[in-house]
Amino acid sequence: MSGELVVPEVGDSRTMVVADNITRTQIVMYAGASGDYNPLHSDEVYSTEVAGYPSVFAHGMVSMGATGRVLTDWFGVESLVRYGVRFVKQVWPGDTLTATATVSARRDDGGGELVDLTLETVNQDGATVVTGTATARVG
Amino acid sequence: MTIERFPVEETHILFFARAIGDYNPRYTDPSAPGGIVAPPTFAMAGSQFDPDNPLRPKPDEPWFGSGRKPSGAKRESGGVLHAEQSFEYHKPLRPGMMLTTRERDGDTWEKAGRRGGKLVFKERIVDYVEAGSGDVVVTARMVSVLTERPAEPAPTMDGSGR
Repeated sequence: MSGELVVPEVGDSRTMVVADNITRTQIVMYAGASGDYNPLHSDEVYSTEVAGYPSVFAHGMVSMGATGRVLTDWFGVESLVRYGVRFVKQVWPGDTLTATATVSARRDDGGGELVDLTLETVNQDGATVVTGTATARVG
Repeated sequence: MTIERFPVEETHILFFARAIGDYNPRYTDPSAPGGIVAPPTFAMAGSQFDPDNPLRPKPDEPWFGSGRKPSGAKRESGGVLHAEQSFEYHKPLRPGMMLTTRERDGDTWEKAGRRGGKLVFKERIVDYVEAGSGDVVVTARMVSVLTERPAEPAPTMDGSGR
């Protein structure tokens, strides 16, 4: 995949819907795959009656995992050097997430060319749920 | 808290990729060029192999989730949320790798919550080490936040920066 990559310029960006109408089932799938069985994410009784939230909500790592797709679809999985996020806002069942990656810098680390990226994922109301940065090797 | 055996397996990668909603054939199709590789956040699934994972029910231990009704059991550390996560990649994770972890605490800091109450942030750094070669393949940095009250409906964990 990276062999066909045209090295992007600073300011280039890609946007994609990375989660469409997140279901409670998807959140349960993430619990099962990851081993994070925190009942906040799958147990409505606990989340509402004990913890005081309006419903269950997605693991932050569902948002981060979904957001990562904008990077791996663009640069390829093995090209990622670094990927980091801050969880800004909770993601609830029914939310739709749109992720944007934007090239903030191009540089050479001596071993080849890298691009630095900024990331932002918003929900269906345009509210930011995740912000982040990443670096990918492009040459 | 250390993981002694985290076998990276094809089936686990399949389940994980489905769970994050990414149907990239690189995660499931051994005939795709380059073979199967794990998604960038897959190292988190190592907690399946952490004998002390506090977020997994265990036999003969109280579980804070509900059955027919709330269990009444308290989570030891109260309201903990995930504030930040990052990964540095040194080598792609592929089926057949066996990993162990080296873990250490990082910084701790406090911040006033937007809705009142104190937020306590804790950093933990985990190196995932490949058995055999001894290479660190992924370094993960997690920041968790302990909240004194539910972070809802508007979250309070914005701007955890120091």
